Amino acid sequence: MAESALHDIPSVYEPSLFGTYSKKIGMWLFLLSDSLTFGALLYAYSYGRISTANWPTPFHSASIVNATVMTAFLLTSSLTMVLAVRASVDRNAKAQTLWLLATMVCGVGFIVLHGREWSNLIAEGLTLPMFPAVPGHEAASEFVNVSKTVPQFAATFFGLTGMHMLHVTLGVIYLGVVALRRKFIPILLVLWLVAWLGTPVYSPFHYGAHVLLIAAIVISIILWLKPKVYDSSDVEVAGLYWHFVDLVWMFIFPLVYLMSAKIL
Amino acid sequence: MAGGTGGGETITMSTHESAVQAAHAHGAPQGFIRKWVFSLDHKVIGLQYYFLALVAVFVGMFLSLLMRIHLIWPTVALPLLGDIKPETYLTLVTMHGTIMVFFVLTTAPQGGFGNYFLPIQIGAPDMAFPVLNMLSFWTTLVGFIVMIAAFFVAGGAPLHGWTGYAPLSAVQSTGPGEGLGADLWIISIAIFCIGALMGALNFITTTLDMRAKGMTMMRMPLTVWAWFVTAILGLLAFGVLLSAGILLLMDRNLGTSFYVPLITVNGQLTGHKGGSPLLWQHLFWFFGHPEVYIAILPAMGLASQLLSVFSRKPIFGYKAMVYAILGIGFLGFMVWGHHMFMSGMSPYTAFAFSIMTMGIGVPSAIKTFNWLGTIWGGRIRFDSPMLFAIGFVSLFVSGGISGPFLAQPVLDIQLHDTYFVPGHFHLIMGVASIFGIFAATYYWFPKMFGRMMNESLARWHFWFSFIGTYAIFMPMHYLGMAGMPRRYSQMTEVGYLLDLIPLQKFITYAAFITIAGQLIFLVNLFWSMFKGKKAVDNPWEATTLEWTTATPPPHDNFGGHTPVVHNGPYEYGVPGAPRDYVMQTDPEIEPAH
Repeated sequence: MAESALHDIPSVYEPSLFGTYSKKIGMWLFLLSDSLTFGALLYAYSYGRISTANWPTPFHSASIVNATVMTAFLLTSSLTMVLAVRASVDRNAKAQTLWLLATMVCGVGFIVLHGREWSNLIAEGLTLPMFPAVPGHEAASEFVNVSKTVPQFAATFFGLTGMHMLHVTLGVIYLGVVALRRKFIPILLVLWLVAWLGTPVYSPFHYGAHVLLIAAIVISIILWLKPKVYDSSDVEVAGLYWHFVDLVWMFIFPLVYLMSAKIL
Repeated sequence: MAGGTGGGETITMSTHESAVQAAHAHGAPQGFIRKWVFSLDHKVIGLQYYFLALVAVFVGMFLSLLMRIHLIWPTVALPLLGDIKPETYLTLVTMHGTIMVFFVLTTAPQGGFGNYFLPIQIGAPDMAFPVLNMLSFWTTLVGFIVMIAAFFVAGGAPLHGWTGYAPLSAVQSTGPGEGLGADLWIISIAIFCIGALMGALNFITTTLDMRAKGMTMMRMPLTVWAWFVTAILGLLAFGVLLSAGILLLMDRNLGTSFYVPLITVNGQLTGHKGGSPLLWQHLFWFFGHPEVYIAILPAMGLASQLLSVFSRKPIFGYKAMVYAILGIGFLGFMVWGHHMFMSGMSPYTAFAFSIMTMGIGVPSAIKTFNWLGTIWGGRIRFDSPMLFAIGFVSLFVSGGISGPFLAQPVLDIQLHDTYFVPGHFHLIMGVASIFGIFAATYYWFPKMFGRMMNESLARWHFWFSFIGTYAIFMPMHYLGMAGMPRRYSQMTEVGYLLDLIPLQKFITYAAFITIAGQLIFLVNLFWSMFKGKKAVDNPWEATTLEWTTATPPPHDNFGGHTPVVHNGPYEYGVPGAPRDYVMQTDPEIEPAH
């Protein structure tokens, strides 16, 4: 990439920070900022939790098991991401693409499981006031009562996990662009149609799917402006983002799920 | 002027040309669209930001004019606009504050001048991420359009103030502007946050990674330091506002209750319960206080630069200035609670925030005394940029003095939500920063447009602005101490405030004259752009890198090579030097001070 080539010639510029290239510094800075974005959400969650007497702990074992499997998916994806970065350093283009795709598959697995979890919880009665009701279905579990008595519970749950899910989704798209570049745009559009038309109109994902469309438009613009070939530095930088998103989940999983599990 | 071309250039072009081209990945753009509209050139993007801010500042000023008219003639019907109802007045307050803070004070000094001159001042051909830079401008522009759109939707623009305090901002039924208008307001702020974040990480990376050979951190002009620290503040602050805004949107549109307790609005239960308006205040002010430094720091850097250039003396205490900027930036994140003394916070917490807040007085005083030390005994040239730089220091001190008053919880309980507060923050953050923008405009206009601005018009503009500013905002302190509350639309018939009406009238008349004075600037700006006297490369005989290159600078800033820096940025009046200033690219001199 341009910046790393630049610093091969030390006489033109001052040495860069830690001798690294601009894009990596840029990504670290973004992660710093994003950690404050998540920090604010976690702060809001803690604020709500502390200021609410009798915070409910309604997550039954099915939810916890599901979230544990999701966690396993994310942790595995971090491993495959590391392997993708190593393949890129070894200039093994085929292995790099395959490991990136494996990472994306794990990410998609996480999103699908998480989406199913959301849908189940909504059906069981953990919902926000403005979420449309599931037609012809009367929720009758403990979650109905939780949503009524402690609205903060559902609000923080959907807020935090929704923001994280958005980050995972954008991460999968990011990896897709690094792995496949332009070829990924039609795939993304197909995914958008599947996610949009394949979800019922009362599901939040019916509307959330449009994130994929917006992403496809933004990516098209960026690739039009900067139609370059991605190299190992891009894989490494994408990896930084991916590991960060995993790391955030390592806060959300215990704080949101485990600390609200029924057994406690 | 021969002195402006940087005689000490020692680099051999052929060796480095390819590297520079590699760094500057995009070639010179062809065609009007890629050159002036969807440009990747940081200079064009800087101008785009600048003109966006120029449009925004006149919108914001127009709103303040309506407010001032309404305050003294509350029943008068304005041509075309009709009479101003109390809720319309609150809308004016809200949109004036929001547009000014976000789209003027954050946009012009950082997005405008920072974009244009940070890369040139460190010897880089462009920003580290040109595409990101372009996207950040267009994101900001979309944010502005969404903000303006709020005026034209059903119910009009929101009335919750620029601070968007919940629950007023969090429940749709609280007022006429709190429907779609408030949604647009929040979405606009969120879009702005994303644009500002992209800009911030670009600025930081560029400063860390793109400095020309010899441009060590401690040789960077103080303007660069200020933009750099401002970008760090933006990077850390806007992410939090983004989260706060997302939660606010959820409260408004998904029925969550992050910020809304069990309350009734117009006798109706809102359906919310369990939330806390204080959560919004904490999140907002964690952003909001650094934001005021985002607005003022670039102007501080600029004042340091100009006082040195026009006093023909090195800046007094360069290192102290750098550490003071860093100190202000750091402390800026520690003091948000001083906006919340009235929230019922623990007196111990208030005490801690109060001590921290007054602590900011230390680096601020260091800067002020160093500014005075810089002009002390200098051979001062009173050109228009210098006038505005001195004006900035004056406003900064006048506005700053009232800071320690408000930082005392005991006094703040008396002064909170009175005119004392608008008086304070308009002087120190609003107009002081605007003076920085004016100074920067007069200083860099020759480099940006290749022509000089008209000096007599500039002087007229300065005296109108300087006297006008004091005439408007000084009396507000008295109004506040006398108990006049801010944000109220109709105070002309309140018994205990009747004696203050002449003062309010005086402020409004002063505002008329000051705003008229700004038209001088507008005329001068556009007239000089096309008809001004041709500028030489280094009209102010300044030392920093932007004055070593052509006017206006070529697409890659230095015409195919990268400058090599041998000196600090403030080498004026060097004993034994052939002229009274030594360019940063001149051969190295022995430090004489």
